Amino acid sequence: METKLKEQVKHPLSKWIREERWPHIWCSGCGIGIAMSSMLYAFEELSIDPKQVAIVSGIGCTGRVAGYVKVDSYHTTHGRPIPFAIGLKIAKPEMKVIVFSGDGDIVSIGGNHLIHAARRNFDMIVICVNNFNYGMTGGQFGPTTPHKAKTTTTPYGNFEYPFNLPYLAASAGATFVARWTVLHAYNLRQSMKKALKRAGFSFIEVISPCPTGFGRPNKIGEALDEMKYYKEKSIVKNGIDPKDAELSFHGGNIVVGEFIEVERPSYVDILKESVEEIKGGQK
Amino acid sequence: MSTKILTGTHYMLGDHACAEGAIAAGCKFFAGYPITPATEIAEWMSRRLPRFGGVYIQMEDELASMAAIIGASCGGLKSMTATSGPGLSLMLENIGLAVMMEVPCVIVNVQRGAPSTGLPTLVGQGDVMQAKWGSHGDYEIVAYAPASCQEMFDLTVEAFNTAEKYRIPVIILSDEAIGHLREKVVIPEETALKLVERKRPSVPPEEYLAYKTNGDLVPPMAIAGEGYFVHMTGLTHDERGYPDISGEAHEKLVRRLIDKIQKNKNDIIRFQEIETDDADILIVSYGITARSSLKAVQILRKEGIKAGLLRLITIWPFPYEKIEEYAKKVSKIVVAEINSGQVKGEVLKAIKSDLPVVGVHKLGGDLITPYEIIKKIKED
Amino acid sequence: MEKSKTNSEPFWRTPLDYKDIKKRKGNVIILEDLCKGCGFCIEFCPTDSLEKSEKLNSKGYHPPVFNPENCTGCGFCERVCPEFAIITEKMEMEVK
Repeated sequence: METKLKEQVKHPLSKWIREERWPHIWCSGCGIGIAMSSMLYAFEELSIDPKQVAIVSGIGCTGRVAGYVKVDSYHTTHGRPIPFAIGLKIAKPEMKVIVFSGDGDIVSIGGNHLIHAARRNFDMIVICVNNFNYGMTGGQFGPTTPHKAKTTTTPYGNFEYPFNLPYLAASAGATFVARWTVLHAYNLRQSMKKALKRAGFSFIEVISPCPTGFGRPNKIGEALDEMKYYKEKSIVKNGIDPKDAELSFHGGNIVVGEFIEVERPSYVDILKESVEEIKGGQK
Repeated sequence: MSTKILTGTHYMLGDHACAEGAIAAGCKFFAGYPITPATEIAEWMSRRLPRFGGVYIQMEDELASMAAIIGASCGGLKSMTATSGPGLSLMLENIGLAVMMEVPCVIVNVQRGAPSTGLPTLVGQGDVMQAKWGSHGDYEIVAYAPASCQEMFDLTVEAFNTAEKYRIPVIILSDEAIGHLREKVVIPEETALKLVERKRPSVPPEEYLAYKTNGDLVPPMAIAGEGYFVHMTGLTHDERGYPDISGEAHEKLVRRLIDKIQKNKNDIIRFQEIETDDADILIVSYGITARSSLKAVQILRKEGIKAGLLRLITIWPFPYEKIEEYAKKVSKIVVAEINSGQVKGEVLKAIKSDLPVVGVHKLGGDLITPYEIIKKIKED
Repeated sequence: MEKSKTNSEPFWRTPLDYKDIKKRKGNVIILEDLCKGCGFCIEFCPTDSLEKSEKLNSKGYHPPVFNPENCTGCGFCERVCPEFAIITEKMEMEVK
């Protein structure tokens, strides 16, 4: 009886969720739900109008977020949420366009689009949930998989070295770069709020456990064990050079924090000015 | 540089006429990547479009260009990109996305010698099948083939109208010869142009279902930022737009996407019939080759041979019924095209008898001359 | 910083308005059928107010059970739950 009563209580974020599709498909222990709820709390705390937000995602487990959030949401092709978001933002410059997708989608197949959007300092927020593998297809390795990790396509251990995502985004020109784990739910929310309030290209890497695709093959245990690892090994170092933002599973640390926050003219700002000038026949 | 559409008579490059057609149709967003022979469209758009408050953005590759124009169209802008064969190959996946999400947009393919890098600066007509079947799966598309600079203008306007009316990506299959040709182009007054806008929802957001149609197979389109909270996905979806992974939903959705064009074929298909009423030999052609075919018809008529030309203005959907109709009246059909027989294959599909179908083909780089067509006709 | 064992024996110098301080308490509501048993809330609650229960929900997981005694209403369990299955409320209470 008591349980039933409790079920009728609504979660404070219900207004942001497409309840007819609830509950979500992510595994037990997956951190994508935390990243999504952090974003929705950020919307709530900033009193953002749902009509003014658009979420664009790609293919993959994280890409399914678009289907659950009750705003204009677009679930596009693999790797292409960033250029889609560019077109959408130019058409609707007053909207906040958020690209919420996974590491394979944004950094692997979408890598080219990531660096160019960062170069342009294009006004968008890219939330890249990094679970170190390609989850949706069963746990293959990708450009963020740590060296020597085991995945279904690296049965002998990963020969390759991963990207340092904050370093990549920062060197391409991103003006706000942060990395948090899903355990740092509060900090993640604060960073998202910062990103929502600013113009220009914001990149937030969210490290998440993936017990199915990454945790189990690498003997990290349950998602809880991976989270405990984050608690033990993560260090907050705000403001450091992203080059030094270590992410190690072999005895090193996981450096998190807000690394870069600079101001640079954003693409949409420059565009607005130029179009005004050109329309007026001044150029 | 004017901030109005260039009403008047001009001596204009085909590519520029195409760009002017887009501007006249209300295009406000162009995302592209330079590629010979379509670069002139991008260059012209980069100069003209901002004058109209539109945006030109040069993307890092064609994949991004296609994704960006879909995004801009979801945000309510009429959008376009221009490329050639290699670029279209890159855009194919996202063309499939535009078909699935039912997003109107226009893609200009100024064909060149193919396959692969081929002949960047020389003519080709080899992307006909790619326009229809390039992306994976079964889907319908509309493809126009302009045969003059005037048609580069007119058909671009029509392409935007068709895209908006049926919520599909429309391909303009131009070719390098027309694209780089300079000819007289007459641009009408802005008020004389008939423009079509996409159907908008007539119900409030609570009652709106993203992909529900009222029998006319084209659902009204809600754009971002208006409170409709659309969800658009490339996955098979139901009427609400939510993913529905079942055979039943897929059958229903893809069947509607195909019927959307097939059932409205008669509204979309366009062709030009020249001297075909009493024709004994029918030449089927399109694009630049149609001009050689026209000359061939004129020469043959002077010699007393009853030749006629069926010029395809829309290549897709293909006018199978029209071809079949002619097949009953003529004694030979000749298909002239600068590829190895892509439209010839469709003509053969349309004919139920064993009427001879002769192809006049070149594979790219050189135009087919009227004399080559005449020679082939007289050969058999 | 150590938690003081009982509130009446603070180990720092007593502030003058110590008796007037209201200590925040919290209430936690668990949407049991949404729980997927990941254990994050239980593990990371700073006051150990959540425990794995023996009962099974409709998905076959053991949802947590809430012990209100030490909860301060920090809300972390709500933020770290991936399933949107925990709701917290902040309540105020006088301290004796």
